[in-house]
Amino acid sequence: MNISSYVLGILAALLILAVVIEMLRRHRLRERHATWWLFAGVLALVAGIFPASLVGAAKLLGVELPVNLVFFVALIILFLVCLQQSSELTSLEAKTRTLVEQSALQDLRIRALEDASSNHTLPPVDPDDSAR
Amino acid sequence: MHPRIERTLIVMPALNEEESVAAVVAEVFAHLPGVHCLVVDDGSTDRTAEEARAAGATVAQLAVNLGVGGAMRVGFRYALDHGFDYVVQVDSDGQHDPRSVIDLLNELDHADIALGARFAGEGDYVVKGPRRWAMVVLARSISYLAKSTLTDTTSGFRASGPRAVRLFAAHYPAEYLGDTIESLVIAARAGCVIRQVPVSMRARAGGVPSHNPLKAAAYLGRAGMALLLALLRPRVVLSYNEATS
Repeated sequence: MNISSYVLGILAALLILAVVIEMLRRHRLRERHATWWLFAGVLALVAGIFPASLVGAAKLLGVELPVNLVFFVALIILFLVCLQQSSELTSLEAKTRTLVEQSALQDLRIRALEDASSNHTLPPVDPDDSAR
Repeated sequence: MHPRIERTLIVMPALNEEESVAAVVAEVFAHLPGVHCLVVDDGSTDRTAEEARAAGATVAQLAVNLGVGGAMRVGFRYALDHGFDYVVQVDSDGQHDPRSVIDLLNELDHADIALGARFAGEGDYVVKGPRRWAMVVLARSISYLAKSTLTDTTSGFRASGPRAVRLFAAHYPAEYLGDTIESLVIAARAGCVIRQVPVSMRARAGGVPSHNPLKAAAYLGRAGMALLLALLRPRVVLSYNEATS
């Protein structure tokens, strides 16, 4: 490995971390969604700065080519992120449903109130006014 | 009657507290006659809202669970809409003694936020292990930011004055631990004065806090991250409108 690919690896990891942290800072990303991205960024940074750690981990796990370990871990992290997104989507759908139901029921209550009040207390609508 | 009581709103976030909420509301009215009490029912599935309403509180029912931060923001916005200058957050599980509300309101003479602190010499509330360390680290850091000695920054028993109410109605965080840690960091960095008042707390009516060391360690980590993030975020500035009070 030459020096430029070494630097490239570190820069890419730093870029990931910087983007995630900046998004957190600007409230564009919530903490619970950022956990896996931060984890991935830190792993990439460690593997970028100490390539020997990657080779060591591959040897320990019996993976012949260290690069296959990178692909494997990356796949696992992407899978987990994807799964988390699906689960969040499910809970968001449930919340939307609750809100829509609430809105419909409130609409019914408002209509009932309107009917009740127009029958008794409110003065009749001026026909000239409604004609315009 | 305390001169501030009429302009004070007691906000109680409640999630499935049907057993205790009515008693706590009754106790608030007994010790603080003339106060207005808003229970924010944070998507409870039991009879919390009915019990609170029967006890005489105004109840805002959230259609979905928003967490304590979201519930408190509803409280602050209600206070702003209805002209309340002071907001006191009280737990609906009975661990906060409504008699201490007067002490908190008195402290607002010199401060924008008065924190009811557990470890300041009163009461018999004990926390141990990593959870305790987390609380100490948080307390030190936030004391430094607020330039004031604070020993119990995760306390949910707090009173906010007019400046803080306006700030929080717009900027109350909904993140994990936002209602305790980040809200204090936001307030301190916006120039609010934060002081603490010793209060005694009672044991929670339902169950004891968990002492699982793994959970406590996770809490330490998340609390640290919440503090770090709060510090990294851009400073909230009280607008002219908000700053004049």
